[in-house]
Amino acid sequence: MKVLLRNPSREIELAGRRSVNSLLAELALPREAHLVIRNGTLVPGDADLAADDLVEIRPVISGGA
Amino acid sequence: MKAIEKFDMLHVTDRVLVAVSGGKDSLAVWDLLTELGYQADGLYVGLGIGEYSDTSGAHARRFADEHGLKLIEVSLRDEYGYDVPTAAAATNRVPCSACGISKRHLFDKAAIDGGYNVLVTGHNLDDEAAVLLGNTLRWDIEYLARQLPVLPARDGFPKKVKPLVRLTEREMAAWCIVRGIDYLVDECPIAAGNKHLAYKAVLNSVEHESPGSKAAFYLNFLENMSPLLAGMSVAGKDSLHSCATCGAPTTGENCAFCSIVGKAAALDPVPVECVLGKSVGKSLSKRARR
Repeated sequence: MKVLLRNPSREIELAGRRSVNSLLAELALPREAHLVIRNGTLVPGDADLAADDLVEIRPVISGGA
Repeated sequence: MKAIEKFDMLHVTDRVLVAVSGGKDSLAVWDLLTELGYQADGLYVGLGIGEYSDTSGAHARRFADEHGLKLIEVSLRDEYGYDVPTAAAATNRVPCSACGISKRHLFDKAAIDGGYNVLVTGHNLDDEAAVLLGNTLRWDIEYLARQLPVLPARDGFPKKVKPLVRLTEREMAAWCIVRGIDYLVDECPIAAGNKHLAYKAVLNSVEHESPGSKAAFYLNFLENMSPLLAGMSVAGKDSLHSCATCGAPTTGENCAFCSIVGKAAALDPVPVECVLGKSVGKSLSKRARR
């Protein structure tokens, strides 16, 4: 699957399927600070990601106050 | 929304001005308020943070156009002769501090000049909890006493409200995605590494171990501590007079904004790259000296 990461924007390729929670854990990204969008749709932590999915991991934390 | 009612933030007859950055929180609160039937115009301040500001302005304009909403724009560079990187360099302030002073002044001015009686900002639960953590680590009674979701109108300041204080940053991002709101995802390049982000990371780590902690930390502060701190803000008691330069309310001869303008407008523009990484370290030591 193709995975789009942000801040800075970059793309990585991962083989095989896994759940959203597994993907975030594998990349050491805290669940509380990220949303996962699969093929344009927001998906929950227990959703399965297929090998041909386009996945965006979107950080939700911003630094201004 | 629960926060609007609980804290008596808004009434349908209010003229509301929403401070809009092009990011998820400000666009989400603008979207929510208009959905709820409030008459809300937007205010975008061009901060001159290079490509980041160009892109954020485009997001704010696009949202306003698509929803048929009025967006007021103010440009620091065009109207006041400086930008945030130049202000930081000219005043030796942390860039986020120069940015905050500039925004707060222009938000107040736009609200007062435009006849708006309420100014809305998109601060969410994560923002408020992070600020609360910072204020608590320093036991900064002055700031703790003023950390409220509603600040009433006073001496030339508009009423200020934060309707998103019960909602997490994650919920706001999800709202934008579900609603198809095209917000600026990229982080401000100057904010990277600032203490606010570090406090958020700490709180998210606690939240992971103990779900609900973040909301309890902030909302129980409002419920249990804020009443005890009421009236303890020195700034809230200070008598204000008009800034000698712009007429805005201030405790000094000139307001902090005019002080920045006086120093920064005389300088050649400073590129963003020159102030990257300067958000770390200074703010705490400055506050500790107070």
